[in-house]
Amino acid sequence: MEFKEIITISLNAIKANKLRSVLTLLGIGVGVFSIIGVMTAVRVLQNSIESGLSNLGTHTFQIQKMPMMAGRDAWMQARKRKDITYAQAQTVAERLTTAEHVGIEGWNGGNTISLLSGEKTNPNVGVAGETPEGIPTNNWTIKEGRSITNNDLIHSYPVAIIARDIETKLFPRGGAVGSQIKINSQRYSVIGTFESKGASLGGSSDNFVAVPLTTFMEQFGKQRSLNIMVKAKGAEVYDECLEETRMILRTIRKVDPGAEDDFSVFSNDSLIGTFNEFTLYIKLGVGFISFISLLAAGVGIMNIMLVSVTERTKEIGIRKAIGARRSNILGQFITEAIVLCQIGGIVGILVGIVGGNLTALAFSVPPVFPLDWALLGFALCSVIGVVFGVYPAWKAANLDPIEALRYE
Amino acid sequence: MSPMIRLSNIKKMYQMGDEEVHALSGVDIEIQKNEYVAIMGPSGSGKSTLMNVIGCLDTPTSGLYELNGTNVSEMNDNQLAKIRNKEIGFVFQTFNLLARSNVLHNVELPLIYGGVGSADRKRQANGAIERVGLGDRAHHKPNELSGGQRQRVAIARALVTNPSILLADEPTGNLDSKTGEEIMGLFDILHSEGNTIILVTHEEDIAAHAHRIVRIRDGKVEHDEKVKNRKIARAHTTTTA
Ligand SMILES: Nc1ncnc2c1ncn2[C@@H]1O[C@H](COP(=O)(O)OP(=O)(O)O)[C@@H](O)[C@H]1O
Ligand SMILES: [Mg+2]
Repeated sequence: MEFKEIITISLNAIKANKLRSVLTLLGIGVGVFSIIGVMTAVRVLQNSIESGLSNLGTHTFQIQKMPMMAGRDAWMQARKRKDITYAQAQTVAERLTTAEHVGIEGWNGGNTISLLSGEKTNPNVGVAGETPEGIPTNNWTIKEGRSITNNDLIHSYPVAIIARDIETKLFPRGGAVGSQIKINSQRYSVIGTFESKGASLGGSSDNFVAVPLTTFMEQFGKQRSLNIMVKAKGAEVYDECLEETRMILRTIRKVDPGAEDDFSVFSNDSLIGTFNEFTLYIKLGVGFISFISLLAAGVGIMNIMLVSVTERTKEIGIRKAIGARRSNILGQFITEAIVLCQIGGIVGILVGIVGGNLTALAFSVPPVFPLDWALLGFALCSVIGVVFGVYPAWKAANLDPIEALRYE
Repeated sequence: MSPMIRLSNIKKMYQMGDEEVHALSGVDIEIQKNEYVAIMGPSGSGKSTLMNVIGCLDTPTSGLYELNGTNVSEMNDNQLAKIRNKEIGFVFQTFNLLARSNVLHNVELPLIYGGVGSADRKRQANGAIERVGLGDRAHHKPNELSGGQRQRVAIARALVTNPSILLADEPTGNLDSKTGEEIMGLFDILHSEGNTIILVTHEEDIAAHAHRIVRIRDGKVEHDEKVKNRKIARAHTTTTA
């Protein structure tokens, strides 16, 4: 008997009881939906984090006073730490042997950038004070004009490089380089523009201005903790470089041997690691609940199939009377259960992917198609179809033809 | 020449609680190729049980059943299914068609289980439907057909695999006498074309179409005789029997 015939028979049986079939596959669909939906959403966030949240380049890490993600207690502890000063950061930069670049930066948020003519941005622009090497360690690329130089740093020149959002707002017709702008009330000349970094989890990554670190500290104050960004000479020396940096900082900050670091280190890897740790619990929780709901749906399938076998006893008798083997009947009913589960699964997968990608829409990051999860979900449904379809099918296959024919 | 069917001392016993019901208590029958046999007897005498045994739907409690020289009594489930599919064409009193499938699919079904490819299957099924005179009804569902037409579909389904024997258990039992006669006309034609036919009936009129009548009582063959005056002298047979 051909596979095509079995499929046709199964589909006809499913079509014959439309409402019942739909209700049954709804159970499977909901279970699969919750798995696929959550996994898609997690994947979207993961992608967004990988592409944007940390804007560090390859084998680069950053050192700062406060941790990137922490609970309330850890956060309060960290606030008591000493600031990382410009002098400390410079010492690190001088002593490091395994680093390609060491950038030092400070940040100030909530600034307004304006033209002398009065045109201005919203008061939400970030201003970064950077050393020249802060530009490559941040993975920023100059689109037009030039970068910050040592000369700018030594003389605290009022020069600025503007990112895309500022450029589009203040210079919609171009010509930014060479123009004058004001950061809050101070005047700066624009020496360059940055390539766009696109949006990420936190919103736009292009809403900032970079100025020389010394100029920045004159305008915004010297009493602040700075970030040190280190790009290792290569992937091979990354770990060594990280260790070297920690040791230098511990020495100059006089951390007791055996005490914890009084600063935080993070990299793309550590950020993704933290995020994965966090999502693992979500995945496990959702996985468990979905598994339970799929189990319930499976029992539903079995129930429906048993009813179906009883209802179709006569049909089974007829089929056997004209030559159907046990295996034909077994195949017919298992296939019916599998097809039912798979239709439910496909619906759940599609709705789950659409639902999960609503997070992509919300964070304005690109949507994902989690093929691995989709395939896994599909396989899972098929397995459920087999597991819960076997007993009813076995019952059908073992009916005595005479008794089945006599059934009314 | 060895007979197509040889039953020797076939017994079928059912256990009903403490009581043993002997549906067949030692049946010996031989049937040759191209015979046209009517099995008659009162209700409960074991006619259906005998037909089911011959049709390999049921296995006897004891006794020997040879079909075309092979011992059917020793066959397993799958071998019996194959015999039912290839060697037997069964026609039931209540038609037993798949209600949700159209005429063509009903007739195709034995070929599907026989592993016949789609194109051959359609051709053979349509041929069988033509033979029973339902060429214009191939795409109708059973509930769109009259009782006589449904029985024709069942006959087409029984014929479609070119089986060795056509078995019919009271094929006219659910039909009015005129339609019953039409169905019997169809069996007559099939017999004249070389088919072997065994049918159960309790109507002398119907039995008169056959060449041989086997009378059963209490699970035993009571009488086995050639019909002298077939259908042509139907009035005679009815009055004399
Ligand atoms: N499955 C069964 N269980 C118990 N007794 C049965 C069963 N099938 C048939 N019988 C008994 O066997 C006898 C013969 O039945 P059956 O062959 O159907 O007779 P007929 O077709 O001649 O009317 C009856 O007494 C009937 O009650
Ligand atoms: Mg009967």
